[in-house]
Amino acid sequence: MKIEGRVWKFGDHVDTDLIIPARYLNVSDPVELAKSCFADVRPEFVKEVRPGDIVVAGINFGCGSSREHAPWAMKAAGIAAVIAKSCARIFYRNAFNIGLPVLESDDAPDRLQDGRRISVDIIKGEIRDPNKGKVFLAKPIPEFMTKIIQSGGLVSYIRNTCDYGRRL
Amino acid sequence: MAMTITEKILAAHAGRESVSPGELIDVEVDLALANDITAPMAIRVFDDLGVDEVFDRNRIALVPDHFVPNKDIASAQQVKLMREFAQQHRIQHFFELGETGIEHVILPEKGLVSPGDLVIGADSHTCTYGALGAFSAGMGSTDLGAILATGRTWLKVPAAIRLVYEGRLRPWVGGKDLILYALGILGVEGAVYKSLEFTGEVIDRLSMSHRFTMANMAVEAGAKNGIFAPDATTKAYMTGRSDRPGRFYKSDPDACFEREIRISVDDMEPQVALPHSPDHVKPVSKLGAVPLDQVFLGSCTNGRLEDLQEAAGLLKGRRAAAGTRFIVIPGSPSIYREAIKEGIIETLLEAGAVIGPPCCGPCLGGHMGILAEGERALSTSNRNFIGRMGHPRSEVYLANPAVAAASAIMGRITSPDAL
Repeated sequence: MKIEGRVWKFGDHVDTDLIIPARYLNVSDPVELAKSCFADVRPEFVKEVRPGDIVVAGINFGCGSSREHAPWAMKAAGIAAVIAKSCARIFYRNAFNIGLPVLESDDAPDRLQDGRRISVDIIKGEIRDPNKGKVFLAKPIPEFMTKIIQSGGLVSYIRNTCDYGRRL
Repeated sequence: MAMTITEKILAAHAGRESVSPGELIDVEVDLALANDITAPMAIRVFDDLGVDEVFDRNRIALVPDHFVPNKDIASAQQVKLMREFAQQHRIQHFFELGETGIEHVILPEKGLVSPGDLVIGADSHTCTYGALGAFSAGMGSTDLGAILATGRTWLKVPAAIRLVYEGRLRPWVGGKDLILYALGILGVEGAVYKSLEFTGEVIDRLSMSHRFTMANMAVEAGAKNGIFAPDATTKAYMTGRSDRPGRFYKSDPDACFEREIRISVDDMEPQVALPHSPDHVKPVSKLGAVPLDQVFLGSCTNGRLEDLQEAAGLLKGRRAAAGTRFIVIPGSPSIYREAIKEGIIETLLEAGAVIGPPCCGPCLGGHMGILAEGERALSTSNRNFIGRMGHPRSEVYLANPAVAAASAIMGRITSPDAL
């Protein structure tokens, strides 16, 4: 799974209220949610984001509310992956469940620049910054999460494998 | 093998003798919960899975509480979808308007959670039920949708942090201050993927209401769950609420905690979290003059009867300051009724408060008290992120119900001692 896109850079502790404020949660259609993604913190995001772009952030990305609307809004807006120093527990799980891969890396977020094009190999965890000729190696994704992401999310994983929980 | 309460509950629900931190386990869920924001997405996942029936119609709670009474057409559609799903699957615990209240207030009130249970909710504050000695954790809608179908989920066994509270609490200091103080030490990422266990002589003497407040905010440190050893206080709370006695687990004396934090409460003042993070905590006396446009008393953190009683005790014969709007929302219909019976509502009304119907209200900036640009509020809720209660350039301070009452009276953040 390889992706290529521009970096949208954020700081530490970006909570899910910032990813999508609660006043926009009266709908659950991802395309509608995408229209309000990062509405308060980066109002230009919705207009300028392109499919394949990548959100890069510091520690504790996605903290706070469990709203799955946050990863859905990003994914439907075109975001193909998140790279963060660390992620909040519920967000991490939600993102993989809906098929939005998350890579954790201590050094890449500080070194990657906003607006620059980078390429990412999700499964290998390789983050390439062609401008600087740098390659960063993310922490390995747990095997179980890799399976979910390769299936495209938890729903297809359950439907394809049936080895999770009660047989459907 | 020595285990913590959390590990014992997880082992029991995984059908195992023991579990260790870091292990991925498959567990049975006793109760699954969703609200009007998260249920519609979970229902879509359930439908996508192509299953005909829910895993158990008696072990699912659907609680419309975030945007009810329906604040607009879109919210009404969400609740309608939830209601129709509940009817179609004959969900026993769907709470219609009139019965509904804040999910984390009414579920314990109705006895739907027992000590030793494993509860998963599509809401981050599901960790509240740890107050009863249950394992409870928040997840997203897709996980919840899968649970609706299977009654099972996977979990990573969390490592544990033990908080030990020692000494005697001063007046006007309670659960909210104990958890805010801990957040100040831990930081908002200090317990990510961890279990918090609240212990010590202070906890042993603490009422259920204060324990709910503390467990509720475990997630503000990033924790997976927060838990209390169930005891006589828990047992007394459960009496008359549930036929299921539950299982009263205790952590083994040699159970493994990766960190222990000892907190002496003798000199602890009421604590306040400053904008824009729940870990940005200071004692109330160190704040200086902070004028307020609004005070909110309510939420899954502090919308219980004891919270209203404490505030009303201070407000009796006093009024909220001119220029400070005072909003009170009882957490459930039964709390509302009891508050009327005890004269609390009358006291609050005479103090100039507006009383809202049981729901989440302005806590998450949904409705019933949104802040305008530049406005500042003190709230008894759990989060003060940027834009949480309204405009991105508004400010929220978090504190306990007594500080909320004193601050409403003075129109600025005030310690109850200073009245």
